[in-house]
Amino acid sequence: MFAELLQYMLSGLTIGAIYALAGLGFSIIYNASHVINFAQGEFIMIGGMASATLTASGVPLPLAILIGCGGAMLVGVAVAKFAVERARDASTVTLIIITIGASIFLRGLAELVWGKDFKRLDAFSGETPIQFLGASMQPQSLWVVGCAGVLIVAIGLFFNKTLTGKAMLATSHNRLAAQLVGIDVKRVVLASFALSAALGAVGGAVVAPITFSYTEMGIMLGLKGFTAAVLGGLGHGPGAVAGGLIVGVAEALGAGYISSAYKDAVAFVIILAVLLFMPNGLFGKRGAERV
Amino acid sequence: MRIRLLSTVAAVVGLTLGAVAGAASAADPIKVGAIISATGPASFLGDPEKKVLELYADRVNQAGGVAGRPVQLTVYDDGGAADKAASFTKRLIESDKVDVIVGGTTTAATMAAVPLVERGEVPFISLAGAVVIVEPVKKWVFKTPHTDRMAAEKVMDDLKKRGLTKLALVSEDSGFGKSGREQTLAVAKERGIELVADETYGAKDTDVTAQLTKIRNNAAAQAVLVFGLGQGPAVVTKNYRQLGITLPLYQSHGVASKEYIRLAGGAAEGVRLPAAGLVVASQLADSDPQKKVVVEFTKVYEEAFSSEVSTFAGHAYDGLMIALDAVKRAGGTDKAKLRDAIEQTKGYVGTGGIVTMSAKDHMGLSLDAFHMVEVKQGDWALVK
Repeated sequence: MFAELLQYMLSGLTIGAIYALAGLGFSIIYNASHVINFAQGEFIMIGGMASATLTASGVPLPLAILIGCGGAMLVGVAVAKFAVERARDASTVTLIIITIGASIFLRGLAELVWGKDFKRLDAFSGETPIQFLGASMQPQSLWVVGCAGVLIVAIGLFFNKTLTGKAMLATSHNRLAAQLVGIDVKRVVLASFALSAALGAVGGAVVAPITFSYTEMGIMLGLKGFTAAVLGGLGHGPGAVAGGLIVGVAEALGAGYISSAYKDAVAFVIILAVLLFMPNGLFGKRGAERV
Repeated sequence: MRIRLLSTVAAVVGLTLGAVAGAASAADPIKVGAIISATGPASFLGDPEKKVLELYADRVNQAGGVAGRPVQLTVYDDGGAADKAASFTKRLIESDKVDVIVGGTTTAATMAAVPLVERGEVPFISLAGAVVIVEPVKKWVFKTPHTDRMAAEKVMDDLKKRGLTKLALVSEDSGFGKSGREQTLAVAKERGIELVADETYGAKDTDVTAQLTKIRNNAAAQAVLVFGLGQGPAVVTKNYRQLGITLPLYQSHGVASKEYIRLAGGAAEGVRLPAAGLVVASQLADSDPQKKVVVEFTKVYEEAFSSEVSTFAGHAYDGLMIALDAVKRAGGTDKAKLRDAIEQTKGYVGTGGIVTMSAKDHMGLSLDAFHMVEVKQGDWALVK
């Protein structure tokens, strides 16, 4: 009974860590530019596909992940520069549709570059399951949770301790004021896209041994990452992380105890509930407008 | 005088035009349409199918076509979405005006196309697995792969041979998986096998440990059958080994491709499934009438594509060849005659088995067209 619950929790936490990374990506970009970037899922996909194909052609794993990361960051900056910046003054809905268009474009491009089949990436430290109090988990899950944890802590330190990070935080609080103190806001937006892309790409690489990488893997991961971000309060970094873990675990418990047929529905029910009853999410500040 | 000249000229022109028109109709292409899931979750079924159709349409044309007529192949990719399959079928029938359709990689795509081909009265040879495609028999619909009911029967026969009677079922929410589940339930009753678990998973799921945990904790289960196609069963296989379940694992013929072994890796070791003779071509007895056809097909495919052959490639080959053979027998592409000729296919030796169709049987394969194979050291091994 307990072993069963533990098993579900472990698989939920593993996938939840990826949702957390995706959600964090959404939050960072939203903070810097008030754009909800639906191409976030594609950054994850680029990381996963690049690492899988590069390792298959002999490149050592760490280098492959780095190259995938770098590639995703370039793509992120390209999306920011050519899609988002051009439409700077458009309405929120227009910007969202533009990012959705970018994601469809990236998916098509990925299909041309990498083909349509599923790519396999070998687990980083083998596949012998680790037994833990009656539940078993793949060693790769530890990599996923570990990498996600390290990245999240690093992001936190970046925002709070470095000048660039603080500049980005400042931009999110008040764009005009940030410009007045000399922060190049355009650069901040580009940096936020690059950062989110890097987070997504590493997440994609680290989860690929579990899920296989294929060109459409970004759709669901991106949408559930968005759910995580909204659940935590759009723009609240730690909230997005918590949101991701909650969505992951809820999904696993739902599949285990209720019905496996509705697994995907869990995330969407959560987002509906949040938008209807708690639009600011768990940790978001209540928006106030000065009249 | 002038009138005679004019009429002679007119006659000559008329005859020439007539001859040209006649020549054109002699070289009138045989229009074969195809809707294949070359991308999407069923891509490891659809991609080899597309390659084979294109390769063999080419080869047939290079050998002079069928009765002097070239084969004109039109392939559309439905990406694994049944609604796209329906709209492409419409396009094939109404604007491309094809004579015969070979395709429908997935059961869902096939069933979406069925009402359109019945209404449009175009013969349709499906490449999908579920038995509902040919039962109840639909006038214009045929299929080449073995049915899911045959897969269930073959697996249960193997279980009985090993003295196992309690089976846990894990089925996919795809059309093939759902139909497979129904057939497994029905066949289990007939053969005295008890189903002790009935779990489902989504075709795009990346993690099935929740469902497998329930089975692991089910003390009654003696073996597990997974009914799905494409990459879903590979995820199930990996999770199966991850959870350390040691019960015999069976798959359906929805994974009869080296792609499955490649994706599942070492986890696929020891998995058993029913497959067409094609995958174990070299291990068939020399006296097996299929051996020549499957060895030849394997050679041609592997030379052309530098990748291992799969049953799905074989099904597409059988579909195209049966259609073209029927064109020959029907003496043309009159759709009604073509349909009758397909229905009268007798003793055709294909990659899936020996095909003998009839008005009541639009598939034509018997249970011994299936061979039980096991994954040994990353390759298929015939289970004797």
